[in-house]
Amino acid sequence: MAQRLLACTGCHGKDGRAASDGYYPRIAGKPAGYLFRQLRAFRDGQRPYALMSHLLAPLDDAYLQEIANHFATLKLPYAPPPPSRADAATLKRGQALTQQGDAARDIPACQACHGTTLTGMGANVPGLLGLPVDYLNAQLGAWRTGARRAEAPDCMAQIAHRLSPQDVNALAHWLAAQPVPAQPVTEAPGPAPMRCGSMEGPP
Amino acid sequence: MTRLLAGLAALLLALAAAVWWLNVRGDGDLSVTPSDGNDPTLIERGAYLARAGNCQDCHTPRGAAPYSGGRGIPTPFGTVYSSNLTPDAQTGIGAWTAAEFRRALHNGRSRDGRLLYPAFPYDSYTRISAEDADALFAFLRSLPAVARPNRPHALRFPYDTQLALAIWRALYFQPGRFAPQAAQSAAWNRGAYLVQGLGHCSACHARRNALGAMRDPAALAGGLIPLQNWYAPGLAGQPTPAVAALLQRGVSDSVALLGPMAEVVLHSTQHLRPPDLSAMAMHLQSLPGAEAPRNRADTPTSAQLKRGAGIYEDRCALCHGDDGQGRSRAYVPLAGNRAVLRDPAANLVQVVLGGAFPASTAGNPRPFGMPPFATELSDEDVAAVLSYIRNAWGNRAAAVQPLDVQRWRSSVRP
Repeated sequence: MAQRLLACTGCHGKDGRAASDGYYPRIAGKPAGYLFRQLRAFRDGQRPYALMSHLLAPLDDAYLQEIANHFATLKLPYAPPPPSRADAATLKRGQALTQQGDAARDIPACQACHGTTLTGMGANVPGLLGLPVDYLNAQLGAWRTGARRAEAPDCMAQIAHRLSPQDVNALAHWLAAQPVPAQPVTEAPGPAPMRCGSMEGPP
Repeated sequence: MTRLLAGLAALLLALAAAVWWLNVRGDGDLSVTPSDGNDPTLIERGAYLARAGNCQDCHTPRGAAPYSGGRGIPTPFGTVYSSNLTPDAQTGIGAWTAAEFRRALHNGRSRDGRLLYPAFPYDSYTRISAEDADALFAFLRSLPAVARPNRPHALRFPYDTQLALAIWRALYFQPGRFAPQAAQSAAWNRGAYLVQGLGHCSACHARRNALGAMRDPAALAGGLIPLQNWYAPGLAGQPTPAVAALLQRGVSDSVALLGPMAEVVLHSTQHLRPPDLSAMAMHLQSLPGAEAPRNRADTPTSAQLKRGAGIYEDRCALCHGDDGQGRSRAYVPLAGNRAVLRDPAANLVQVVLGGAFPASTAGNPRPFGMPPFATELSDEDVAAVLSYIRNAWGNRAAAVQPLDVQRWRSSVRP
């Protein structure tokens, strides 16, 4: 399969463990359901990125699922995070939003869905660690503007609309600066705070 | 003076009458009621024919409900948006009769008589038999209705006027059903019917003039798809079994169908019955003429070749081999490959910039893909590596210029 998917690893790095250019995200070890939904969204235009969209256009769902399964099963070690360029106040704000959220603005903690160690849960919720700061910034920004969407109810879009640009920047910098734990916890501290279309039912 | 004016007026009237007549000739009798549209056999046949025509591809925006319309087709004259073909009474074809549907296919006119833009390839569909048109209509009527109003086209003046369209049609559109050639076999005629009619191969594979009209569409001599900038090669004279297998699997040992054609394989040709594919291939093989002779005047410089060789070794040789020999059933050979030597080299540029997968098909469910290099290689790099590939291992073809790469880099895909 790796040989068939050199088209992916050209940008996403060897075995899909992210490239050195600091933008293309790691795909190795992400949950299969999540990866499949992303591949399908790129192909079908819900996630706009021309390069991905054209590359995947001639592929059917069955192959997209196999591609997703292939990268999901690659459990590879993570490199330590690069030193953060952000100031202490920004990082503190990012940490607080991640771990506590902001009840006043109805923003749940990231951990509530992405797991206690932020390493993802189940087949549909991706981890948030081991990703480049530019990628995180771009994705949270895209959720805010509506350029990135998921199945209704689109929980990430709702949350992102409540975030300010400063929140997005703080979250991206703090998350990108965290090492990936050797022992991930695939449970949330409590029940899910809201309904998410992308976590329900068959993809 | 009065006589001159009267003469001019008479001439204009005569011209208007000619344009009018040329636009309504061939219109069928709208009062005809075709057979029962709810017949399941008819619907099934229509579903197959819709596959052969790849109707769904243009009539479905990415990710939307099938046949609900609204996909933009980029043309040099602006964007044409496909229409809703589901049986919704207000926004689709729910209120249409089978006779009105026949007239749309055969004569490019909407239910209200409005002239349709030939981005809807009625210059090919006019060849479709009345029975097949009715089967297609029955199939479309069996789909779930989707309420989605049609999006107005975004065409520039004067192309957005019905008058311009009427004149274009008077000049270039000739209605007429497919007429079998008695001297040819039934299979050849079936192939010609599918290629010239439903398959509308000429929409991409024929040359076009400045007004977008096809020149000698039946010859399928090859042409650059406007704005998308993929070159749809000439189809004459290829061996029948190889072409039939290629349309079914999407790849062979030496050829991979990529870009827009990979989508045609995914949605259309892989689903066609082998006898139909063979018939189409047989017709194509019989076409006279070969591709235009290659322009060899433009030889690459030694500096370009040296730069290209370095890039090839770093980025390409791992899969395509040190000698461009490729790898059987995975990576096509580049040495001696017609697609590599063809002019213009547009497809090579597209594949290097955007990467490519062939279609996933029953015969090739897990195709090997090529990575995109758009973010890594400059226009000069792409030109150099392609010029090298086109002149290594016995290959001999014109150099690719950075300007070509720059031009094709900004292509539009629907």
